[in-house]
Amino acid sequence: MSEMITAPEEMLIDLEEMYQHSCIGETIAALDRDMVGLVPVKTRIREIAALLLVEAARRKLGLQAEPPSLHMSFTGNPGTGKTSVGQRIADMLHRLGYIRRNHVVVVTRDDLVGQYIGHTAPKTKEILKKAMGGVLFIDEAYYLYRPENERDYGQEAIEILLQVMEDKRDDLVVVLAGYKDRMDTFFSSNPGMASRVAHHIDFPDYNAGELFEIAGLMLQKMHYHLASEAELALRDYIALRMQQPRFSNARSIRNALDRARLRQANRLFSQRATKIDRHDVSLITESDIRASRVFQA
Amino acid sequence: MKITQGQFSFLPDLTDAEIKLQVQYALNNGWAVALEFTNDPHPRNSYWAMWGHPMFDLADPAGVMMELDACRKAHADCYIRLLAFDNVKGWESIRMSFIVNRPAQEFGFELIRQEGEGRQIHYTLRSVTTAAIAARQF
Repeated sequence: MSEMITAPEEMLIDLEEMYQHSCIGETIAALDRDMVGLVPVKTRIREIAALLLVEAARRKLGLQAEPPSLHMSFTGNPGTGKTSVGQRIADMLHRLGYIRRNHVVVVTRDDLVGQYIGHTAPKTKEILKKAMGGVLFIDEAYYLYRPENERDYGQEAIEILLQVMEDKRDDLVVVLAGYKDRMDTFFSSNPGMASRVAHHIDFPDYNAGELFEIAGLMLQKMHYHLASEAELALRDYIALRMQQPRFSNARSIRNALDRARLRQANRLFSQRATKIDRHDVSLITESDIRASRVFQA
Repeated sequence: MKITQGQFSFLPDLTDAEIKLQVQYALNNGWAVALEFTNDPHPRNSYWAMWGHPMFDLADPAGVMMELDACRKAHADCYIRLLAFDNVKGWESIRMSFIVNRPAQEFGFELIRQEGEGRQIHYTLRSVTTAAIAARQF
């Protein structure tokens, strides 16, 4: 940044104006609107936004500093919104001018690790090049490291990743996502990785009220609505489903709604002799939800 | 002797920032960028060695610059050129090509005379670097 000029001491910076100009408020508001709960996540994202805004102000005043490292790890149980937030992070960082492109490349172990000697490095580099300028989102990152197999090529991918995370900090933001306990093992066996990730964000589980709200948002997006008794049935469903094994938060809710849609379609089809209207095709009734296997257990 | 071939070759060498802008232009057009290197800059030499694969599906020039840096490191004494390939039907050819690295000293070409039938003289050009390499090898 050789073009930097030292600003006069008394130059004033209007943070509010910079904030308005970056339209970052819009992204944060959308995050608040579309993502239910997740208070610690939203707090951290606001903090990062503030940091980047102040950083931009400091740059304007000619106070040079290394760009802050923004590599993140998202940990949390299945269905807590890690990937959805990953998409928004890119949008926010782009608006704040931290990354040049508003794009996220989502990859898993398969995309990074090769199948034979010498295959991993080009594969990993290819992905890194594609993600440059934006966000690289590595889903289930803990699979990269397989301690049970010492000849696993995952380690090679990690090493290349580490090097790029360090050298190309202003070209790429890496987000590692995965389940909490397995990510902890991953970081404890890769201390280099843990120290290069500045922001460890933990996604808490949703409570029943939040899950109901999420269901409401999903239905709204799919242009369905619940009959009033169905709302109660859905609340009961959520309470029961949360007790059951393999409960995966919002994803379970999505699946439940998909099955309710299936039952609704079947119900309408079996009564196909009668004419139906717009209201009928978008209404999910109590029986559509009560028929679920969860209630029979 | 400064080799002139490809785009921009009569201008001063492009800086990295300028190369980045050119790469961005290529990527915006959906062209795949590739790097090639050689120590034989003869204009008839169309077989430059490829540095890795052509880079498809890139969004940002940073990836290309990373490869360019690696290539320069490995082949500092070679000519390196950057190509942009257009795969749109009907084009299917190179749309951009320019030199992004030159050896510290450019030796240019030597003139070779060959005596032919009836004491006729044939002239041809040969790049000095390749001659030197050939001399070292055999």
